[in-house]
Amino acid sequence: MTARVPLPNRARRLLGQIWALIALPLISILLALVVGAFVILASQLVLPGGRFDLLLPLSAYAALIEGAVGNFDAIVDTLVSTTPLVLGGLSVGLAFKAGLFNIGAQGQFLLGALGSVAVGVGLAGAPPLIAITLALAAGMLAGALWGFIPGLLKAVSGAHEVVVTIMLNYIAIAVIAAVVGGPLRQHGRPEAITPDVGNAALPVIIGHSGHAGIALALLAVALIAFLLLRTTLGFEIRTVGANPDAARYAGMHPRLLTILTMSLAGALAGLAGGVVVLGVTHLMTPSFGTTVGFDSIAVALLGRTNPIGIVAAALLFGALRAGASLMQIKAGIPAELIDVLQATILLFLVANPVLRRVLKLRGVKPGLDTTDTITRTYAGEVVAR
Amino acid sequence: MDALIQALYSIPIAGLVFQFGGYLIAVLPNIAPGILQAATPIALAALCGVMCERAGVVNIGIEGIMISAAFVGWYAGVLVVPILGSAVIGPFGMTPALVVALVAALLSGVVISWLHAWLSISVRADQIISGTIINIAAFGLTGYLNNLISRTSPNGAGSFSQFRPPQALLDLPVVGWIVGMFLSQGPIAMSVIVIVIIFQVLLFRSRWGLRSRAVGEHPRAAETVGIDVIRVRYRNVLIGGLFAALGGAYLSMEATNSFQQGMTTGRGFIGLAAMIVGRWSPVGAFGAALLFSSSTALGNSIKFSLPSGDLGQILSALPDQFYDALPYLLTIVILAGVVGRSIPPAADGQPYEREAAT
Amino acid sequence: MTTTEAPVHAPALEMRGITKRYPGVVANDHIDLEVRPGEVHALLGENGAGKTTLMNILYGLARPDEGAILLDGQEVHIAGPSDAIARGINMVHQHFMLVPVFSVAENILLGEETMAGPIFLDRREARRRIVELGRRFGFEIDPDARVGSLSVGWQQRVEILKALYRDARILVLDEPTAVLTPQETEEIFVVLRRLADEGHSIVFISHKLYEVLEIADRITVIRRGKVVGQRRPAETDEDDLAELMVGREVQLTVDRGQSKPAGVVLSVDGLEVKDDRGSVVVRGVDLEVRSGEILGVAGVAGNGQDELVEAIVGLRRPSAGRITLQGKDITRATPRETNESGVAYVPADRHRFGLVLSFPVADNLVLTDYYRRPYARGFIRNDAAIESTAEDRIREYDVRTPSAKVRAGTLSGGNQQKLVVAREFARDLKLLVLDQPTRGLDVGSIEFIHRQAIAKRDAGTATLLVSAELDEILELSDRIAVMYRGRIVAVRDGRTADKNEIGLLMATGGEARSSGAETGPAA
Repeated sequence: MTARVPLPNRARRLLGQIWALIALPLISILLALVVGAFVILASQLVLPGGRFDLLLPLSAYAALIEGAVGNFDAIVDTLVSTTPLVLGGLSVGLAFKAGLFNIGAQGQFLLGALGSVAVGVGLAGAPPLIAITLALAAGMLAGALWGFIPGLLKAVSGAHEVVVTIMLNYIAIAVIAAVVGGPLRQHGRPEAITPDVGNAALPVIIGHSGHAGIALALLAVALIAFLLLRTTLGFEIRTVGANPDAARYAGMHPRLLTILTMSLAGALAGLAGGVVVLGVTHLMTPSFGTTVGFDSIAVALLGRTNPIGIVAAALLFGALRAGASLMQIKAGIPAELIDVLQATILLFLVANPVLRRVLKLRGVKPGLDTTDTITRTYAGEVVAR
Repeated sequence: MDALIQALYSIPIAGLVFQFGGYLIAVLPNIAPGILQAATPIALAALCGVMCERAGVVNIGIEGIMISAAFVGWYAGVLVVPILGSAVIGPFGMTPALVVALVAALLSGVVISWLHAWLSISVRADQIISGTIINIAAFGLTGYLNNLISRTSPNGAGSFSQFRPPQALLDLPVVGWIVGMFLSQGPIAMSVIVIVIIFQVLLFRSRWGLRSRAVGEHPRAAETVGIDVIRVRYRNVLIGGLFAALGGAYLSMEATNSFQQGMTTGRGFIGLAAMIVGRWSPVGAFGAALLFSSSTALGNSIKFSLPSGDLGQILSALPDQFYDALPYLLTIVILAGVVGRSIPPAADGQPYEREAAT
Repeated sequence: MTTTEAPVHAPALEMRGITKRYPGVVANDHIDLEVRPGEVHALLGENGAGKTTLMNILYGLARPDEGAILLDGQEVHIAGPSDAIARGINMVHQHFMLVPVFSVAENILLGEETMAGPIFLDRREARRRIVELGRRFGFEIDPDARVGSLSVGWQQRVEILKALYRDARILVLDEPTAVLTPQETEEIFVVLRRLADEGHSIVFISHKLYEVLEIADRITVIRRGKVVGQRRPAETDEDDLAELMVGREVQLTVDRGQSKPAGVVLSVDGLEVKDDRGSVVVRGVDLEVRSGEILGVAGVAGNGQDELVEAIVGLRRPSAGRITLQGKDITRATPRETNESGVAYVPADRHRFGLVLSFPVADNLVLTDYYRRPYARGFIRNDAAIESTAEDRIREYDVRTPSAKVRAGTLSGGNQQKLVVAREFARDLKLLVLDQPTRGLDVGSIEFIHRQAIAKRDAGTATLLVSAELDEILELSDRIAVMYRGRIVAVRDGRTADKNEIGLLMATGGEARSSGAETGPAA
């Protein structure tokens, strides 16, 4: 069909297709940066202290970029903070495909980190390969458990996963405080902190800090993409997400698939926790907490729940998180600005019908087209038998 | 009598239940005001949920509205207190600055609700995603500003104080503690009861209530009899925003006198659970909020004054964090137990598209 | 009212040259319609002919591109439903616009509330007025009954009361009889007559020829957005109207030929099934379907037919009784097991059960076999095999689609249903279960699906057909079973069955008819 089309035309068509896919995310990101700049300017006006610097947004963004990709080490740091976001984004994205909203990635991430650190500390003297494998497996298992609970409750009683997973996020914080301050506490230290994971630490493969988790995340992307697109299980997950009644009619088991998908999502988020604890911190404190779980939601939405898109979105937010500390130091802008940018990007993505109308974009794919069904099972509709 | 109680307490296993019952009776008068206080933000969140969902709009951005209102209320107080001073002008330790701050907090709730209404009603985005965006934005923005502001550690406008009913009332036998529960309260906690009753009556007896419920059940039917579905939904989401904002203001202006990052700690979501458990009725939601908050109050009580006997020994073996997690655990358990029998409004969460009026 | 002299009064309603264009179609093309006071005026046309668009324009739900609306000779602009209601125009929609969880009174009050003071409803006064209004038109109604628990016929009456409560002068009824039994239809006709005699104007939208002939004073026929003729019942007959409506001579019935029933394929014994709320709605059904015959199950919607069908195909667990397929017990079989043992199922709601609208056509064509060879090897999908099968089916069943890769949701309703039929029919079947297979389709698609069903029957498949359209049952069935309140109350031969008898059985189950406000089986 395309054989007789001359090459330049084909290239143009391909470019057109890529543009159709990335136009909205790109425009959303740019607009969000503009809004962020206004926030920076406006906050100078509202706050006491008097100084007003019209160029502050520029210097802030410059510091942000420098911190993210300014040199080789910065780029490696960006990759390191991208890694858990890729895994977390896959977790939320996979759940979206099954029509589930996994706001609980944060709790699963924390539990995964706890599982990995517990086994890692226990096997700190074991051969690295065994220690790492078992510690990561423990993290995935703990995360899977934290995903299994809301999956089970949704399937059997219809308790919506949004409320249940949020509650589990708070419970996860309490569990970590209890375990790190109790059984896992390192003796002889005034503060609650776990011992080092020793041999269970992930080897560094790029630069000073680029640990092996980066490769692991890419492997996970390939596996999940294969699962969703090429296997019958992936087809079942997608069918349950798109139309649970039709899935039942077609002989699938929506309840089992709900439980399975939430457990898998939990395992992915748990792996993200394991990767951070084994690759970056090597130990855990009760206040171990990052924004990974919530960033993952933004990653999944921005990446259109598509594995390649998730990698791109994770790179963006990884870079923002990695650059935020330099922005704070150099321009005095709190790191929470990243959350504001994140919310604004999502806002423009969700408001895409308006954006397309105002900017007269044609032939551009709407954002979030696969996720417009989450509200459907809200508030107690039991999953189809 | 005491011997009987001792005998009951020493029965294996069942004795623990009696011990727990005895402990409850002993501490209830002391923790009763605390139960209503802990229930206040949860109940207001739940009322926001009822207000929105009865008209068919799911709002999980309640948490975000609350944190924003908590911040705005506190910071507006910081800004106006040097201008307006802190002379007490009314009951509850009311100062001009506090009143202005409360109004600002309520306004912020309306503004954020408007964003949710616009996204979920006009743009017809997925309502849960819209709510999530509001949560991320609210936590990000309040965190960002709080981070900047706390560098100067400013003075706030203080907080509303509690009403002190006459001691004679509190000393009444049997009912004295109930009087204390409802009257030894600040203005926001007290107003919750009034709001619940008015809301309940209006929802089921007034024209506004009839139309709201129709829009949440069968919006097309409502439109065919000339009701403007979009307007009703906007109005209810905005009013709901007032409730949630009042709940947020309670946290920074009545329960405490300052803002802390993330101080809502999931109360907006617990409120949604209370709404479901209370079957989308104001009184039911309030009851469920009381149920949830008694776990918090009881947990705190156990932390500080352990019951005696076997029960105390068992409870003391649990880490403190267990009590921190108790309200969340209880929410999950009750939600999972109740939800199948609680039926939401039929059009809950479904964006409404007007019939092609072009 | 069949006088021929010129109208004395100005028409109550006149629509002149109404034109409405949607992208790609002209829904209304210079339509003229004139309705006199006290007249029942029928608007006859196929699904998609533009009747509903015209009425939406009258009701202010759509704005015409050209043309004018006159009420009592005065040109008016109708801004929206509330404006229409204020001008005395009311509409009873095809899908009832009633809130099931509200009481009768709440439904009638909604939007036109009787108030006690500025805030609160005056429920007592409202109740009184509703009861009084009901009596005036010959029925006793309980204003506190929950609408969801009323029978369809009574819900219809609530809709009409809703209009009368608003002092409707012009009442539009969109396909009011689609869900009624012949007896309920008669009862509604009595009410409509009475309304007309009191001077109300009634626009009666339908595609059922005999009904139009019975109730209307005048008939306007529209086809593809244009008025193609106007008749009085005395001047015309069904064949003439059918030809006007469809634009060609139509065979009113598909030639079903002679059936040659053989051995029993499906046998249902003492079946009891509960609905979602846990009440028993199928109460001891016995039936048999033989190879090479179509058994039609007639019944008013909500008498347990959906649950019966769902139990047979495995979507619902029976609480008692036995289902066997050629001697094999399938009472507790899952949907997949029934599917694998040769049962095909065309569900009533194709959007809910039959299709995944956001998936490509090809995936929908293998929705029930995706896990089997050649579509999958182990757990890996074989996209090439899926696509080539899809292209074959599309050709074979004449599904109009640009390719097998487009989303099923982009196809027209008729083509979507063909997609379901293509998937379900294209294999060796023992039993074919058709639940409302042609609801909402155009004549061409209906004909196609009916022919396919008869071809399957002739090939020896046992067919169970469930439909609320009595005409469809009468047209296709070799035997007719009537279902009433969860029971099969009668079985008749499909060729000799009397329409009125079946209708009476559907409405009453064969018992003596009770007077007053009987409620439906959903109560």
